[in-house]
Amino acid sequence: MQAIIRRSPAIRAWILLAPAVAWLFIFFLAPLVIVLIYSFLERGTYGGVVWQPTLENYRRVFDALYFNTFTRSVYIAVATTVICLILGFPMAYFIATRPQKIRNSLLLALMIPFWTNFLIRTYAWLTLLRTNTGLINVTLLSLGIIDEPLPLFGNDFAIILGLVYGWLPDMVLPVYAALERLDRSLLEAAQDLYAGRWQVFRRVIWPLSLPGVVAGSMLVFIPSLGAFVTPAILGGGKSLMIGNIISNQFLAAHDWPFGSALSMLMMVFMLVATLIYFRAVNREGGAGL
Amino acid sequence: MKKFASLCTTLMLLLVLGLVACTSGGESAETETEVPASNEAVTETESTGETAVEPATEIVMYNWSEYIDPEIYTLFEQETGIRIVEDNFSSNEEMLAKLQGGATGYALIVPSDYTVSIMKEEGMLAKLDHANIPNLSNLSDEFKNVPFDPGNEYCVPYQWGTTGIGYLDGVVETPTSWSVIFEPDPNAPYYGRYTMLDDVRESFAAALIYLGYDINTTDEKQLEEARDLLIKAKAGLAGYDSDTFEDLLAAEENVLAHGWNGDFLVAQEENENIAYTIPQEGGVIWVDNVCIPATASPEEKLAAEMFINFLLDPEIGAMLSEFNYYASPNKAAEDILGEEFLSDPAVYPPAEVRERLQFIKPVGEFESVYQRMWDEVKSANP
Amino acid sequence: MTAVTKPTTTILPESRASRQERIKTQLATLGLTGYGILAYLFLYLPIIILVIFSFNDSRSTAQWAGFSTAWYVEMMQDNQIIISLWNSLFVAIVSTAISTVLGTLAAMAMERYRFRGRLVMDAILYLPIIIPDIAMAIMLLLFFNISGIGFNTWRIELAGLRLSVPYSVIIGHVAFNISFVAVVVRARLAHMDRTLEEAASDLYANAWHTFWRVTLPMLMPGIIGGALLAFTLSLDDFVITFFTAGPGFNTLPVRVFGMIKKGVTPKINAVSSLMLAGSLALVLISIFLRRGDDRGGIEIV
Repeated sequence: MQAIIRRSPAIRAWILLAPAVAWLFIFFLAPLVIVLIYSFLERGTYGGVVWQPTLENYRRVFDALYFNTFTRSVYIAVATTVICLILGFPMAYFIATRPQKIRNSLLLALMIPFWTNFLIRTYAWLTLLRTNTGLINVTLLSLGIIDEPLPLFGNDFAIILGLVYGWLPDMVLPVYAALERLDRSLLEAAQDLYAGRWQVFRRVIWPLSLPGVVAGSMLVFIPSLGAFVTPAILGGGKSLMIGNIISNQFLAAHDWPFGSALSMLMMVFMLVATLIYFRAVNREGGAGL
Repeated sequence: MKKFASLCTTLMLLLVLGLVACTSGGESAETETEVPASNEAVTETESTGETAVEPATEIVMYNWSEYIDPEIYTLFEQETGIRIVEDNFSSNEEMLAKLQGGATGYALIVPSDYTVSIMKEEGMLAKLDHANIPNLSNLSDEFKNVPFDPGNEYCVPYQWGTTGIGYLDGVVETPTSWSVIFEPDPNAPYYGRYTMLDDVRESFAAALIYLGYDINTTDEKQLEEARDLLIKAKAGLAGYDSDTFEDLLAAEENVLAHGWNGDFLVAQEENENIAYTIPQEGGVIWVDNVCIPATASPEEKLAAEMFINFLLDPEIGAMLSEFNYYASPNKAAEDILGEEFLSDPAVYPPAEVRERLQFIKPVGEFESVYQRMWDEVKSANP
Repeated sequence: MTAVTKPTTTILPESRASRQERIKTQLATLGLTGYGILAYLFLYLPIIILVIFSFNDSRSTAQWAGFSTAWYVEMMQDNQIIISLWNSLFVAIVSTAISTVLGTLAAMAMERYRFRGRLVMDAILYLPIIIPDIAMAIMLLLFFNISGIGFNTWRIELAGLRLSVPYSVIIGHVAFNISFVAVVVRARLAHMDRTLEEAASDLYANAWHTFWRVTLPMLMPGIIGGALLAFTLSLDDFVITFFTAGPGFNTLPVRVFGMIKKGVTPKINAVSSLMLAGSLALVLISIFLRRGDDRGGIEIV
C-alpha cells in the first residue's frame, strides 16, 4: 500500500488535495450551483426567484450602461493593481532584505493596520482627504503651498487611493514569499556576472519574484474589480463600479437572478483573464514549472 | 530555512493570540451539552404540559443599531423575566434579503413602512394578536390606520420622521424650495458643497416632488424627467451620501444636505448651527414599525407581543423618543414628552407641512426601472 | 541605519567594485530603507487618525472637539461590543487555522504533481477569490437553509463571556480563505529549490521526515504570509458573516455596519485602537523574546 502511494504521484496529490477540495465542493461549489441556477430563473417581485427558466438575465447584461460601468471598473482595477505593484514590490524587497530577526515583525506590522475595522479605516481617509476641511488640504492651504483646495475626494483618485491602500498588503505578501528565498550568494554572483544593477534586477530578482507578482496581482485585481464600499465612500457615491451594480441587484432592486447572472459573467471574465495573464507571464518570464 | 525557529515564532504569535483569547474558556469549549439557563426554563414550562402557550424566556430583536434605549430591555426583563437579545442591520434591504434567504430565529423586526408592505405581500409577517397588546389604544389615531397596514394588523408603529433638507444656518439661506438642489447657481459661494441621499427611492422622491409628480409613479416618462433633473443637479453635489451626511454637515465640509430629520437633530449636538426644514413642495414621511416574522414560534410570538405592548406603555414610549430624537406614534407618550419636544418643527412638522408629506410605497417589479435610472444617474458625467 | 547597511558592505569586501560602486550601493540601500519607512508611514497614516479620534470629546469621527477618554469607558461598558470583538477573534483564529492547513496541502498538491483534473482543480481553487462576495453570501445563506445544515452554534466560554458561534460563519470563512492561503503558498512553492528535499529524502528515506524537517521550514514564509492574509480577511469580513450568521451573532464588522445608519461613533475607534495596541504589544514581545534566540536557528543538514 505504502509503495503504491509512494509510486503514484497522482494518488499522493489527491490525498493532499482531498480535504480542501471536499470543503470547497460542499461549501462553495454547491452554493455556486445555486447562483448558476438562479441566473436562469425569473425574479421574485421582492427578492428570491420564480421557477420559470429564462435567458432574459443574460440578455440584459449586454447593455451599454452595464458595459461602460464594467470597462470603467476594469480600468480602475488595472490602475490599482499596477500602482500596488509599483509600491508593493520595493516594499516586499525591503522586507525580504532585512535581517531575519525583524523580518517577521515587519510582516506583522504590515498587516496590523488591517486588523482595525475596514469602515473606520475608510472614514479615517475621509478625514484626511475631504475637500474643504480635510487635514491634507487644510495643512497645505495654511502653509500657503496651495491657494485652492486640491480635488482629493469624490473622484477616481480617491477611489484608487482607497483601493491601493486596502489591497497593498495582498501584493506585498506573495511577492515577499517569493523573494524571501532570494539567496545573497546568488545576488553576489549576479552582481559579478552582470555589470548593472538593472541587469541584476531584470535577470535574477524579477524572474524569481514572478510567481509572487502573479499571485499578488490577482489578489489585488479581483477584489478591486468587485469593490463597492470604497467607491461609495471615497468616490462620494458619484460613480458606479460593477460591484455596486451587483450588490444593488441583491440589496436594492430585489433582482436576485440578474445579480446572479452578473456575478456569473464576472467570474467567467475573471477566470479567462487569469488564464491569459498566467500564459502571458509564463511565456515572458519562463516562469511556472 | 536555517532560521526555522524564528520563522515559527511568528506563527506562534497567531497561536498566542488564540491562547490569550481562550485562557478562560479553553476547557469548556467542547461542552456542547451546556445549555444556557434560559433554555432550561423553556423546557420546564413545556413539560408542564399546559395547553396555553407560555412566553419564551429569551427572544432576538432584529433592529437598527442604537435605536432603543438599552434601559428598556432591562426594565422589560425585570418586569417579565424575558431577556431580549439584539441583532442589528443597516438597511431594510439587508434585513429583507437575509430573511428571504431563510434566516430564522428572530421574534421582532423593525422594518420601515414600504418594507412592511413588501413583507406582508410576501407572507413574511405574523398577524398580531391584539388581545395581547392592550396598550394599542395608546397609539394616536392616525397611526392606528397607517396606509401600509390599516388597523395595525401586522405591525405597530415604532418611531416616525421625515426626509427634508438639513443646512448650516447663517452660512446658507433657509432653503424654501427643492430648487436649491435641483437648480443650483454655479456662481454661488458654496456651489458643490451639497449632498443628496445615496438611496434610489429617496433621491427620486425629491426630484419627483420638485416636478410635482407622485413619488411612487410608474410612468416611465415622468421618471425619465426626474432622472434628467437628478443628472443636472449632480454637478453641484459633493456626493451621494446616506451614512455620513450629517457628520460632514457638522464638520462644515458641506453646507446643505438632503437627509433624515433625526440624523440632523443628533448632529446638532456637535454643531448648533445645523437646522432642518421641509421645502414648500413637500417631503417624504416614513414610519418604522415593530413586527413579528411569520417564522417565530408561538412562544416567541407571545413574548414578542408582550414586548410590543411594553413599548406602547406611555413611559417607555417617551423613553424611546427621548433617546432617538424621533417623533412618537404614541399619543399617551406624547403627554409625557413635554411641550418643548412636541413643538420642535424638526421633530413634529406643523399640520400644514404634514399635509405635504408622502409615503414611499413599493412599486413591485417596476423597482428595476427605478434602479436602472438611478444607475444612469450615478454613472453620468454632467 | 547601521544595521541595514552592514550586510551589503560585507557582501562585497574583496570584490573589484570601486569606491564609487560602493557608494552607489550604499545610496541604493539608503534609498530602499527610506522608501520602506515612507511606505509604512502611508500604511499607518489613517491608523494614526483613527487612534486620535478615539479620544475625541464628541460623537463625531470627522471633527475634533477636544480630548476625552470617555469612549474607552463606554466601550468597556458595552457588553455587545466586547462580545462581538471576541466573536471576531474567535472566528478569525479558528478559520485561519483550518484554512491554512487545507490551503497549504492543496497548494503542495497543485505545485508538485501533474495529474488528471489538475486544471479543473486549479479553477475551483481560484473561484472563491473571484466570486463577488455578496453573491457568495446570499447563496451560502440559501445553501445552509436548503441543505438543513442550518445555523447551529458552538457554545464556548471566553474571558468570562458566553459566546455562541455559528458553525456556518466559520465554514463560510474557511471556504473563501482556503483559496487565499493556497495562492500565497503556491507563490512560494513555484520556484522552491528541490535539491535540498531530494538530498533529505536520500538521507532520511522517510517522506514524512523530509516534509517535516525540510519542506515545511522552507515553505514557512509562504504559510505565514497566507495565514496572515486569511486572518486579516476573516477579521474584516462583513458581507459573508452578516448573511451566514444566525440570530444574535455579531462580529465587530457586522456591528459597525449596523451602526452606519444611526451614526458610527468613536467607540469603534476605541475598540480598533485597543486591538491595535494589543497586536503591537504582541509584536514587541516577540521581538524581545527573540533577542536571545539569535543562534537558536535549527541548522538543517
